[in-house]
Amino acid sequence: MKRTAALRAVALGAAVAMIATACSSGSAGDDATDGSGDENVTLTWWHNSNTGAGKDYYDELADKFESDHPGVTIEVSALQHEDMLTKLDAAFQTNSAPDIYMERGGGELKSHVEAGLTKDITESAADTISAIGGSVDGWTVDGRVYSLPFSIGVVGFWYNKAMFAQAGITENPKTMDELYAAVDKLKAVGIEPISVGAGDGWPAAHYWYYFGLRQCSKDALEAATQKFEFTDDCWVRAGESLEELISKQPFNTGFEATEAQGTPESASGLLANRKVAMELAGHWEPGVMQGLTEDEQGLGEDTGWFPFPEVSGGEGDPAAQLGGGDAWACSEKSPDVCVDFIEFLLASDQQKRFAELDMGLPTLPSATAFVAAPELAQLLSFRNEAPYVQLYFDTAFGENIGGAMNDAIVSVFNSNGTSQGIVDAITSAAALEQ
Amino acid sequence: MNPGATGQATAWSVAPGPRGRGASSNAWRKRLEIFFFVAPALLLFATFVLLPVVQAARYSVFRWNGLGPMDNFIGFQNYVMALGDTVFQRSVTNNLTIAVLSIAIQLPIGVLIALLLNRKFPGQTAMRVIVFVPYVLAEVVAGVIWKLLLQPSGGVNAFLEAIGLGGVTQSWLANSSVALWTVMGVLTWKYCGLAIVLLLAGLQGVPEELHEAASIDGASWWQTQRKITIPLLGPTIRTWMFLSMIGSLQLFDMVWILTKGGPDNATSTMATYLIRQGTERSQYGYSSAVAIILFVISFVIAGLFQKLVMNRDSGDDKPKQRRKKVSR
Repeated sequence: MKRTAALRAVALGAAVAMIATACSSGSAGDDATDGSGDENVTLTWWHNSNTGAGKDYYDELADKFESDHPGVTIEVSALQHEDMLTKLDAAFQTNSAPDIYMERGGGELKSHVEAGLTKDITESAADTISAIGGSVDGWTVDGRVYSLPFSIGVVGFWYNKAMFAQAGITENPKTMDELYAAVDKLKAVGIEPISVGAGDGWPAAHYWYYFGLRQCSKDALEAATQKFEFTDDCWVRAGESLEELISKQPFNTGFEATEAQGTPESASGLLANRKVAMELAGHWEPGVMQGLTEDEQGLGEDTGWFPFPEVSGGEGDPAAQLGGGDAWACSEKSPDVCVDFIEFLLASDQQKRFAELDMGLPTLPSATAFVAAPELAQLLSFRNEAPYVQLYFDTAFGENIGGAMNDAIVSVFNSNGTSQGIVDAITSAAALEQ
Repeated sequence: MNPGATGQATAWSVAPGPRGRGASSNAWRKRLEIFFFVAPALLLFATFVLLPVVQAARYSVFRWNGLGPMDNFIGFQNYVMALGDTVFQRSVTNNLTIAVLSIAIQLPIGVLIALLLNRKFPGQTAMRVIVFVPYVLAEVVAGVIWKLLLQPSGGVNAFLEAIGLGGVTQSWLANSSVALWTVMGVLTWKYCGLAIVLLLAGLQGVPEELHEAASIDGASWWQTQRKITIPLLGPTIRTWMFLSMIGSLQLFDMVWILTKGGPDNATSTMATYLIRQGTERSQYGYSSAVAIILFVISFVIAGLFQKLVMNRDSGDDKPKQRRKKVSR
């Protein structure tokens, strides 16, 4: 009896020790450190096109690259978006990131670069970088390029054409005053005008970003995004524009707790299910809405889009757009052939097919004509004609400053904050990072 | 089998002898035995409880975003920042409010329902099950259901309108001055069951003879409960209060599902603050400091409660009671 108990104890102890060691070893990319020469190389690739045609297309591309490059094996992991972000965070912390991964640019990229986790591809991918053009700016740190953006979209108003017609709105609002007039018309026929997912923070914050973009000159914008200088009073005016919008009460009942997307009660769900007339959102909106209606059509034929209106008295270019996107990056310790692969992903043929399959908004100018959905093509024309596309401020500033900023904006939405409070929150969070 | 059996036999036969070699080897064997039984549990405890606590304490004195080496030592700055942050102060206040209200609301309800359910009536077992169901339901499931019911166009408002109370409909989770009370309501619904079940168990320990004696003396049902049952429930009530308090201080899941601490931090608790302002912003040093503060607050309150309130339930004061009896 005693001996078996003792043995059992020892066995349990050993099992615990084994679990503990299993957790600490086995990083994903360890075996792919050296890719030079004729030796066999394995590339790990994480992406988020985990369903349907997009997944098949990426598998196809991996096979094609393998057959063109004997000795190269690509291990593809198609992950659900949120899962991928969680796994990436953990992988970066344990220095076991996959060779090819998605990079959103801005402050996040900067912290990856500072920690020596992302490969500098300025020279090795020079041709593709010049083919893409200005879009790579968001993935540049101190003049060096670290990723190749493959999809960039801009934020604008998605709306229900049938509801606009019902309210007698014949033209899309071009100024804030016209937007307010549209809001009144919608309310007059008993339609809640705009849904916003203020419960998640960032959808509400997009309004302030856009007011900043409209109120501030390009110089003020650059001083803010590059040096965290918010001394120009245009930033306070941005908050005042926001307060004016909120005072018109255009938002859905209970918007303070509404989520961005994911459920029929979320901001996207309300638009998709014809409970509100408009929502400010990015290029992902039609796809999100399709997942939130029973017929999987979203708003279908009634889907419309118009850019964020002009703000009178603003110093910003009224055609400037707010946006962001995704880029392919190679982790620092990936083999050199990794850069060949991400250049291959950005080649003309691949970007055209990417556009045709409605997987996103291609960055390669030669591929933009192949976007099929009419609203997305319209959105794309505004992106291409914009004098500059400002990366979402929270992405640009990084998680910490961005989080503090979004919280302060949410306070204004809850009538607890002030426009000066937003600026103060950013500058004090930024002071800690310096 | 055989060697084991002999070992046991010798152990028994040697045990009574207090002196000599046999005794010391027996004591040594006993120690070894304890070690073998306790070691796995200790190892687990050290790996999954002590080590993380020590690690958190270490992280908490650095500014660290989780990437690269942890080399920016900043002393106690994270603690100073957390304690000075109005949102954190609000979170602590919310935790304390929830702890006090949980006890103040759930205790009377719990005692009343437990007393009622302790009487024999048809359907008693079914009633007990119904009352306990919310507590058994997984937190996430209950949270999601309530979240749907509490939407502006959800079941709660529809019900209120149907019974003619259209005037009190609310954006229950979206109005920052109502949200905490809404959360409190859901918590009461969820955790009252635990209080009732514990108190019912406590009621089983109240001797029937006391009730009989009281009724012979002409005490009413209510007098019996007030003078006999409730005082004898004391230890159970104090244990439940302790559990409820610690649960309130560490409250996370229900709040996270219902509001994520929002709107505008109105329902933020220390634990949701830790996630929102710490890990979601890649501030691992800062969130560790918050975790340590949460640990210390829980530890101190738990210790004080043990010392001041639950002390009388522990063995120390039994002699006192006995002495009282003797002196009578």
